[in-house]
Order: sequence, then structure tokens, then C-alpha cells
Amino acid sequence: MISIDVKGLSKNYQIAEKEPGLRGSLKYLFLRTSREVKAVQGINFSINEGEMVGFIGPNGAGKTTTLKMLCGLIHPSSGLISVAGYKPQRRSPKFLRKITLVMGQKQQLIWDLPPIESLLVNAAIYGISESETKRRIKNLGEMLELDDELYRPVRKLSLGQRMKAELLASLLHLPSVLFLDEPTLGLDVNSQIRVRDFLLEYNRKYGATIFLTSHYMADITSLCERVLVLHKGNLFHDGSMASLTEKLTPYRSVKIEFSNLYPLSEFRKYGSIHESNDHYVHLLIPRERVIPNISEILEKYSVTDLEIKDPPIENLISRLFLKDSKK
Amino acid sequence: MSNKYSLRLRKFILAARAILIAQYSLMIEYRAEIVLWALSGLLPLIMLALWQESQSSISSIFSRDNLSRYFISAFIVRQFTAVWVMVTFEEDTIEGRMAPYLLQPIAPFWRYYLSHIAEQISRIPIVILMLIILILFSPNLFWMPGLKDVVMGLIAIYLAFSVRFMLHWNFSMLCFWTERSSSVERLLMIPYLFLSGLLAPIDSFPAFIKSFALFTPFPYILYYPSKIIAGLEVNTLSVLMTLLFWLTLFTCTGRLLWHFGLKRYSAMGS
Repeated sequence: MISIDVKGLSKNYQIAEKEPGLRGSLKYLFLRTSREVKAVQGINFSINEGEMVGFIGPNGAGKTTTLKMLCGLIHPSSGLISVAGYKPQRRSPKFLRKITLVMGQKQQLIWDLPPIESLLVNAAIYGISESETKRRIKNLGEMLELDDELYRPVRKLSLGQRMKAELLASLLHLPSVLFLDEPTLGLDVNSQIRVRDFLLEYNRKYGATIFLTSHYMADITSLCERVLVLHKGNLFHDGSMASLTEKLTPYRSVKIEFSNLYPLSEFRKYGSIHESNDHYVHLLIPRERVIPNISEILEKYSVTDLEIKDPPIENLISRLFLKDSKK
Repeated sequence: MSNKYSLRLRKFILAARAILIAQYSLMIEYRAEIVLWALSGLLPLIMLALWQESQSSISSIFSRDNLSRYFISAFIVRQFTAVWVMVTFEEDTIEGRMAPYLLQPIAPFWRYYLSHIAEQISRIPIVILMLIILILFSPNLFWMPGLKDVVMGLIAIYLAFSVRFMLHWNFSMLCFWTERSSSVERLLMIPYLFLSGLLAPIDSFPAFIKSFALFTPFPYILYYPSKIIAGLEVNTLSVLMTLLFWLTLFTCTGRLLWHFGLKRYSAMGS
């Protein structure tokens, strides 16, 4: 059954333009000009119930605007949206009970009070009984490994603890559609893993649809089988994660540190040199050559440190779009 | 059908109670700030000292006792009609805190309204303490208001607060169009200062200014509720009805502005 259905969705903004300097400021005081920005341009997609979909794209691609339209925060300029069978922009209470929006960079918890106070407010707003509230806080708290933290002022919690408490507050009403905007932003690796594990468990347990934006490739790869790529307001890719990864990352980033000095020219055969200094080289190695090339390097040279990873998703997407524009 | 509405009302009351409790806890966290806010409302007492020492036309309208009763009552009314919704609404809208409020099944209006009520509750002991100190320093200022005056005064204060809140709420909606609306609060302060009776009783104004003031909500926000508490001559029913009129008007315009404003909302900062 379809959970999110989007047809010909567009959003245009008027943005005021100001020239720099005093002259620009004076001109802006008396004569203001604006230009229209087409943030989202007629995109179509649908997401089934229980599906976990990654929504990625370079900064300014229109991801957050789309997300805001899907949860009813802003009205679309044109097009149709249906989420859980409702028109989001009407913000009907029944619709609001079915969804949640978690923003990594914003929080709904009351800063100077312990999270439990915000949880009790949310429970009352969603009409959850006292016993059911206790049960849900216990269950979700266990899934998120939260306990004493719920009774300490939010301002005294670490970023990771705050994010977990934020998730608990956002999911207390057990929504069936989750919109997550950078939920792991700024978290350390352990906290990122915990949040991902929690989202997987929540999806499994409650069959929730999860629509996720993130700049961390690991969030997308570990959670989503399907990914939507947005570029300049247009839907560039809608398909499996595997096909996108192949398309986006023909290379892997390999950083190597050596105990001895070696001529740089020796490493050219392993891949393109991205960066180097006396004891260090950063190579971009074709995906299929990573294992044989690394094995050979480890055999031939005295390696003290090695790091293999996918380049940041922003770079990969930029490269893809650059390649696309050159064609 | 009636069961459905009573259940909805019960749920709303429980939600409002939870918000009120949380907001009260928050205000207690800021207790030092509340003392300062309460102290910032001392203007009526300063005006009392000034008018008592001056030989002005007020003395022909108000006796010395009535003047002190009026300004002490004005001090109480002002303490419980303080409104800052334009500042917080603007901050929440610009910094993105409005977004989560809009995604919950209770109108954001209630958060702001109840946070003001919570602040007023936390202010009660401070105002009582300030009044005790005032009476200790000037025992001749003490008078015992009648029960009817107290009850009617409390109703008038609550309505006056609601009217002032709704007036500011209406202007807060400008945020949806201009992104900055709190500067209007400073502009609103001018008619409030001069037309509400904060600086001088309206009855001492020239007739044409008084007539003009009575066409605005400002005298009903402070002057008349203060007169009711002070036990001075006033048509209480007419004051309460006028307050209800302004409240209804501002509620209707507020709902319209909210409806149209939300369509322009760009969820900035979130």
C-alpha cells in the first residue's frame, strides 16, 4: 500500500536580492528587487508503507523544501501530495498523529528542563494515557538506551543523548511515517550507529515508513535500499542503493601512511594521487582494484596506517553532476 | 456526538494542563528573571509618587486616597497583563522552533498563551511580596478592597490580559509577511503608555483625548480594570462587555491572519 504519493510537486520562492556595499544598501532601502527561485520542479515518486527511502542531493537541491512540503509545513506551488492518505498542507489532527519530523539541527525538547517534561507534554498533546506513556517511554527508552538521561536538564546532555531523547519525544505517539532530516548530524560514530540501529528496529517493530535525508553515506547505505537523488529541484535518480553506489563511487578513497620515504611515481600505477606529502599518499583507486592494489602495497611497502572509505557523498554527487553536464 | 466533543474537550484540557505545568517548571528555572520582570512593572508606583507630590488637575478628580488606590491597582493590573508574545513568536519563527509546534495536533497559539499564564502564576508571590514591602514602608496606602471589587477585578484582569495578548498575537502574525514583527511591539508601547492610564488616569485627560482613547482597547486593558479593583466609580458591566467585544474582534482577526499567514510560512530556520 502506498504511504507517500507525490505527483508533479513544485515549489517556487521569491528571494529579495541586495547588492553589496553602502550603495546597494541605499538602493535596497528604496527599491527592492526579487527573483524567483524554483526550489522543486515537478517531481514524482511514491513510497510504499514500511519502506525506508534515502533522499539525497547536494546542498540547495531542494531536499528540505520537499520534506517540509511532505509534512505539511509549507504549501506547494503546484502538484499533489498524499501522505498516509491525507493532504499534508491541511495539517489535520489525524494526519499530524500519523507523522513526525526529526531535524538533526533543531530540537523540540525544552532546553532548561529534563526531557521527561517534554515527553509528558507530548503524551498529553497526543492523548496518550498515563500508563501507556510510561510503557512507551520504557520501551523506546530501552531501544535508545536512555534511562537517567531523561531526568537531567536537556542542556546538560551530550549531543548524542539529546538526539536520542529528541527521537523518543518525536516517536512517543508511534507515528507510521517518519521524516528525518539529518538525524545523525554532528554525532560521533557510536551515537550514529545507535541511532541507525534504533531506526531499523523501529521500522521492523512498527512497520513505519521512513524518509531520510543525510549527508552521511553510512546512514543511507545502512538504512535504505532505495534512494532518491534530487538535483536543482529535479529528481535525478530513483532506484536501488546498489545501482546508485556503483554510479556514484567508481573509486574508493585510500589514505596510506608509510614509515619510510618512497618516490611518489611508484604509486601512480595503483590509482590517481589526490594528495601527498613525505610519508603519506591519498589515492583514488577504482573499486574493483582496491583489494589487489592494497594487498600489493602492504606487501611492498612499510605501511603504518591505512584508511579506506567512500569519498563524502557531497563530492560524489558533485562529480556525478559534473560528469553529467560535460556529456 | 456530544460524547465525541466532551472527549475532545477533555483531551484538550489535559494537554493544556501538561503544557501549563511544563511552562511553570520552566518559569521557576528563570525565577531571578521573573523578579526582574516584576520590578520592571513598577512604573505605576513611580507615577503615584510623582502625582501625589504635584499640584495638578488630577487632585480635583481623584482624592489623595483614591489616587494611591488607583495606582496600586494599576501596578497589580500591569503585573498580570504583561505580554511578550511578539518577541517569542518572532524568535520561534525565525529560528525554526515553530516547525515542531506546527506538527503537533494542538494549535501553537496555546503554547504561547499558556506560557504567559504560567509566568503570571509564578509572578503571584513576587507581587504579593512587593505589595507587603510597599505597605510596610507606607502603611497609609493600605486599604481593604471589597469582595465584589476583587472578584470583578480578577475577571477584568483576565479579560484585559487576553485582549492585550490577542492584540499582540495579531501583530505577531506580521512575521509571516515581514519576518520581523517585534519592532511593532515598541510602536504599540506608545499608545499603551499614554492611552491605558499608566502615566495618568484617563479622566484627567482633555475631553477630546479621552474620547479618542475610549475608541481604542488601551483604557480597557489597564485603566478600567484598575478602577474596578480600587473600588472607584465605574460601570463594571460595560467595561467587561467592552473587553469581551475587543477579545472577540481580535480573536476573529487573529484567526484570519493565522490562516493566511500560514500559507506564506516558509519554515525558515528549520
